[in-house]
Amino acid sequence: MNGWSDAFNWLLDPTNWSGPGGIPARTEEHLVYTLVTLVVACIIALPIGLAVGHTGKGRGVAVQFSGALRALPTLGVLLLLATWLGLGFGPPLVAMVLLALPPLIAGAYAGVEAVDRQTIDAARSIGMTGWQVLFKVELPLALPIIIGGVRSACLQVIATWTVAAYLPLGGLGRYIYDGYAVQNYAEMLGGSIVVIILALVADGVFAIVQRLVVPRGVVLGRASDVRVRQSRSLVGTSGSTTAG
Amino acid sequence: MIEFRSVTKEFPDGTVAVRDFSLVIPSRRITVLVGSSGSGKTTILRMINRMVDPTSGVIEIDGNDVSTLEPVKLRRSIGYVMQNSGLLPHRKVADNIATVPLLRGVKRKDARVRALELMDAVGLDRSLADRYPSQLSGGQQQRVGVARGLAVDPNILLLDEPFGAVDPLVRAELQQELLRLQHDLDKTVVFVTHDIDEAFLLGHQVVIFKKGGLVAQVGTPQEILADPADEFVAKFIGADRGKRALRVRSEAGRDVLVDSEGRAAGVLVTDDDEAGAVAAASGASAQGDQPR
Ligand SMILES: Nc1ncnc2c1ncn2[C@@H]1O[C@H](COP(=O)(O)OP(=O)(O)O)[C@@H](O)[C@H]1O
Ligand SMILES: [Mg+2]
Repeated sequence: MNGWSDAFNWLLDPTNWSGPGGIPARTEEHLVYTLVTLVVACIIALPIGLAVGHTGKGRGVAVQFSGALRALPTLGVLLLLATWLGLGFGPPLVAMVLLALPPLIAGAYAGVEAVDRQTIDAARSIGMTGWQVLFKVELPLALPIIIGGVRSACLQVIATWTVAAYLPLGGLGRYIYDGYAVQNYAEMLGGSIVVIILALVADGVFAIVQRLVVPRGVVLGRASDVRVRQSRSLVGTSGSTTAG
Repeated sequence: MIEFRSVTKEFPDGTVAVRDFSLVIPSRRITVLVGSSGSGKTTILRMINRMVDPTSGVIEIDGNDVSTLEPVKLRRSIGYVMQNSGLLPHRKVADNIATVPLLRGVKRKDARVRALELMDAVGLDRSLADRYPSQLSGGQQQRVGVARGLAVDPNILLLDEPFGAVDPLVRAELQQELLRLQHDLDKTVVFVTHDIDEAFLLGHQVVIFKKGGLVAQVGTPQEILADPADEFVAKFIGADRGKRALRVRSEAGRDVLVDSEGRAAGVLVTDDDEAGAVAAASGASAQGDQPR
């Protein structure tokens, strides 16, 4: 079977790299959809997750709510919303946001919950207000886990926007549905490969971000468990690469 | 002056941590709360800065009922140091010390200058200012904790087993530093410990607790040693054994003091050089802490 070589030929064909249906344009569409979804979902999910983690209240409700959302079949919701609300970007956006909420909420409250209770207690004892504890202590220390939530939400959203192209919409999913319509398997496989690469790149970027947001004092703490000298030289070299 | 009047604290789960507790904590003195774990010492300490609110009773600071004071403002005016330093792991030493001044709106530069001065005061090398807490030893972290507690120049300093987790040699050093700091800065210090030797070394006033936040005895170390209120106190302070149960033995025509194991502890001198005797006794007890 020469499906793979056909797919690579399709990928390498210059005509597929230009115009409104070209790979750059479709990739951009896909990225914009994903970004908009993540931004909207973060605006909803992070305050809820941080509030649950900070107050310790509503954890049960949040877990149940996330579980219920996770159990929803995304494709079904997608079609249901499209039938209810009509075509366009709005209905699938709602479905994608619902899909992204559970990992974002979980990341936020798990991140805050993981912060050492003694550190928080100390921050309150010296006179930080609740908001100061949240923004100056809990948030910076929880950030790696919060970004972890964004990372897994992002992967799901990238994958599912491919399916939503069926509605019809732009994005990389177009190649799969358009290719299928004309039995062009090279285009379908080529499109899938681009989606996979996009997902891997996004995952890699978040993996890097996740490491960068680990507060330096915490990174050094781990290093100095092994060898203090080494961690000292880290202070000099890593300079201002990471946020304090 | 801090005054507790009939203070009781019952936690929501029904635990009565403190029962009908009354105490006057004099200003510019070190008051030590000592007792075994779970006797309510931390709860009492945390009621002073409103980290815990009493179920009943009144706590006053210089005549002001603390329940009428705003908690955040109150806490910012009181230094608080805890066992595991409670430093912010993501902030450098100098920034940790300057946390509260920065919250109060002191300029970054001024706050740092002050933080460096405080590092001098607690015996920390200035070169550690840009380290993170995780890069310091336990003893150094506790010094940073004390410096942070002093950063707002509070009248009151609360310390909750601050030297409990450091090794005995460093602990002895930190204890001497605290005595010196209190002498120089004239703070009202409330110090919690479960170590009776530490209590007697540091406290002008010592409060000994039984379980359930019940006070067994209040007094100066001398008063308590001279006249333990009951069997419990006598046992707790070890008046019947070890280096506290000294007896006189005649040796080469001179009176020598030996402990319960027969080890020499010192000599008896006449009233004329009492000052010297007091110094010798306190030196002996400081050394006595170390092998623990
Ligand atoms: N937040 C709390 N909720 C319920 N019980 C508590 C709480 N804090 C302390 N206690 C209980 O109150 C008692 C006194 O505790 P604490 O003041 O910490 O004693 P200490 O500092 O002398 O060890 C203990 O039995 C402890 O379990
Ligand atoms: Mg305690």
